[in-house]
Amino acid sequence: MSIRLRVNGTEHVLDVDPEMPLLWALRDVLTLTGTKYGCGQALCGACVVHIDGAAVRSCVTPVRRAEGREVMTIEGLSPDGSHPLQKAWVDLAVPQCGFCQAGQIMTAAALLAKKPKPTDAEIDQSLAGNLCRCGTYTRIRTAVKKAAGMPTE
Amino acid sequence: MQDTRIRLSRRSVLEGMGLVAAGLGLEVILPARAHAAPMPTSLPAVPTEGLRANVFVHVAPDGVVTIVCHRSEMGQGVRSSLPVLIADELGADMAHVKVVQGDGDEAYGDQNTDGSSSVRKIFDDLRYAGATARTMLVAVAAKRWKVAPAECEARDHAVFHKGTQRTLKFGELAGDAAKLKVPKKDAVTLRPRSELKNLGKELPLLDGPDIVTGRAVFGADVVLPGMRTAVIARPPVAGGRVVRYDATKTLAVPGVRQVVELPAAKKPFLFQPLGGLAVVADNTWAAMRGRAALDVTWEGGDNAVYDSVAYREQLLEVIGKPGKVVRNVGDAEGALAKAAKRVQATYNTPHLAHAPMEPPAAVAKVENGTCEVWATTQNPQAARSEVAKALGIDPSKVTIHVTLLGGGFGRKSKPDYVVEAALVAKAVGAPVRLQWTREDDVRHDYYHSTSAQRLEAGLDANGKVVAWHQRIAFPPIGSTFADATFAGEGEMGQGIVDLPLAIPDVRMENCEARAHTRIGWLRSVANIYHAFAVQSFIDELAHERGTDPRDTLLEVLGPSRIVTPKDLGVAKVPNYGQSIEEHPVDTARLRRVIERVTGLARWDERKQQGRALGLAAHRSFLTYVAVVVSVVKDADERIRVDEAWIVADAGTIVNMERVRAQMEGAVVFGLSLGLYGAITMKDGAVVESNFRDYRLARIAETPRKIHVDIIPSDGRPGGIGEPGVPPVAPALANAVFALTGTRVRELPLVKTVKV
Repeated sequence: MSIRLRVNGTEHVLDVDPEMPLLWALRDVLTLTGTKYGCGQALCGACVVHIDGAAVRSCVTPVRRAEGREVMTIEGLSPDGSHPLQKAWVDLAVPQCGFCQAGQIMTAAALLAKKPKPTDAEIDQSLAGNLCRCGTYTRIRTAVKKAAGMPTE
Repeated sequence: MQDTRIRLSRRSVLEGMGLVAAGLGLEVILPARAHAAPMPTSLPAVPTEGLRANVFVHVAPDGVVTIVCHRSEMGQGVRSSLPVLIADELGADMAHVKVVQGDGDEAYGDQNTDGSSSVRKIFDDLRYAGATARTMLVAVAAKRWKVAPAECEARDHAVFHKGTQRTLKFGELAGDAAKLKVPKKDAVTLRPRSELKNLGKELPLLDGPDIVTGRAVFGADVVLPGMRTAVIARPPVAGGRVVRYDATKTLAVPGVRQVVELPAAKKPFLFQPLGGLAVVADNTWAAMRGRAALDVTWEGGDNAVYDSVAYREQLLEVIGKPGKVVRNVGDAEGALAKAAKRVQATYNTPHLAHAPMEPPAAVAKVENGTCEVWATTQNPQAARSEVAKALGIDPSKVTIHVTLLGGGFGRKSKPDYVVEAALVAKAVGAPVRLQWTREDDVRHDYYHSTSAQRLEAGLDANGKVVAWHQRIAFPPIGSTFADATFAGEGEMGQGIVDLPLAIPDVRMENCEARAHTRIGWLRSVANIYHAFAVQSFIDELAHERGTDPRDTLLEVLGPSRIVTPKDLGVAKVPNYGQSIEEHPVDTARLRRVIERVTGLARWDERKQQGRALGLAAHRSFLTYVAVVVSVVKDADERIRVDEAWIVADAGTIVNMERVRAQMEGAVVFGLSLGLYGAITMKDGAVVESNFRDYRLARIAETPRKIHVDIIPSDGRPGGIGEPGVPPVAPALANAVFALTGTRVRELPLVKTVKV
């Protein structure tokens, strides 16, 4: 069965099982590997992408749910790494191993789109589903504020 | 675990240089620069023209300097640090340096990226790699100018003649330098430290831009033409096997190609795959669905008896009886008998899983008697030899490319999953990506050992600690490699035989414990439970005596001094594989980090400020770390860590920025294991399965502020990646006692208090 969707502005028609999680359609079929597999059960947030601007966990989202909709992955957040979150992440050297960071950034991007000046509690709440085993959380908080143009101390 | 890990041949870097002269190719993968999808199958090689002074450095005629990072990047920042050190010695400008990742090859010396060893063990070797290339470039410039080499200096990617300010760029010298004989080590002079312009600075994060754009390549991101994906159903019990299976339903899943049975593992487990059934499919989803549809009957084998709840009781029983004496000074039992007061406590800790965010994964291609692998591995040389052994081919026919690692923490030092990928690829005759699911990762790890310890101290009439008796039991890492039931020397060297104590009578015993699962090393290893028990117990002694915990800790560690093996009552301190003369146990350094961290945390004002603080300090991997943790109670009576301070003396620092990041991360890692971490075994199988029941600290559970302070030093470098972890859990437990009066003697805290 074919599924029609737009990913990072490009139209695709995928001949896949409609129940296949969007994560695997992105990674295995479209070879967009910036989106990561970490748990497969919506527990870690490494797979977060946007569907029509909302953050979703692609590991538990059947690809059929993206039918006719606009999917954005980390590869599409900016053409050149110039999104304010990407810049803040690099400036503050947030990543350690880096594996969770696409999911962290995509989650934060959806937050800032809705709440351009989030409170500490809103940042924590929004990123509560994104695990980082390296423990970069304090820098993530600071980087979100920096990207939002808020004081970081 | 110096004594029990499989040791690889550790040829010196300079011998490696000789191999280069003999024409060793430098095939390299460029994970950070290549777009993940699709991955090119022919990889860029280092250009052959120009100066290749050794396996680490190449200077091209166009001036591009290529530096190989031969250690694995797993978040510790090794790729942002080691190449800069080489470049500094060379005099290269990082703007014209290309960093490439080294494949698994003994020519590099030891590549096993664990034991916090990448700086401390090879600091000078890497400097010599850069200095050798510099010496050759300078020799060419001096000859052209007809001046003495001593009149020339290499800096800013060029050689300068000091007298006349004449300049030749590195690229202009590279061709002629390549014709020179590579100088021996004694003909190469290292720069004075002051000339290493980036040493100790906050260096840029090399892979940062690729990580934040999704271009960075991790183990499962490699794509080869015609590649299949496999997931494996492994025996639930380590050492178990398939009795019978029916794959009818599996093969009916669209996209599933075949099922491959792998040989069962035999004890000792070493780095063998665990066996089971590999489901090979066109994509990951089909492979996972196919695996779920398998009908398998398993046999558990010897380890099916393992019940970690019952085993905990066994360990507690074992430490009630004498064990093997590993350290003895004076007569602890006699001193205890005479003591005015005896204090005794028992501590225990569970198994832990590493749970790196990236589960194990590898891509393998087997054809024409060769094997090429891309893997997220800390240990590419072991991966190479294990794959060769499993395929029955010579290691020279195996190439291991190292991708970025989405975390390692010791898990990815064991290449069992790399061997799986190679075996499955061979069986199906096509390139295979072997993907571990999170459930596989949690249930088939090499687990951090579970432990029990009994500590007893004797106090004299003035409250002074005059006797110390400690018994330790845990299934050792050696059990993974041989039939070992007592701790290895390396494990006892992690906070037991090297623990400085200003106590006249000390006795330490290791009690027997048999493993019933695969035991491995996890970030800071045995230091975790040793520091938890010792640093908790000293805090208990403080409260028992009514003295300040910091003052008590300083008193028990004793005055500033070098503590010799003789003082410690042992023949030898393993000292993480390095010389005790060069890296002595120095209580001045331990005292200093304690004084510094308590100063920063305003320890003396904590009562006026109404704060509940806990303190712990520990030396590991030749680095000294002290931690203060502050805890508060939330509105719902939950205990939460609101602030933490960590001070480290790691000797000379290469990259201050990544060192700070490692200490921040160590606090969070320590909180995860202190608050929540526990793996439970029932009928030999792991009960937990994913982050739902194997909990890690989340953002809201992380302190709002983690203050990091690094002691300035030009001493010999110590480890960085691990030493931050051990003091965190005891500092947390001590803070919980300060807040609630509840003494937590068992990890994780969630078993005892509401967190």
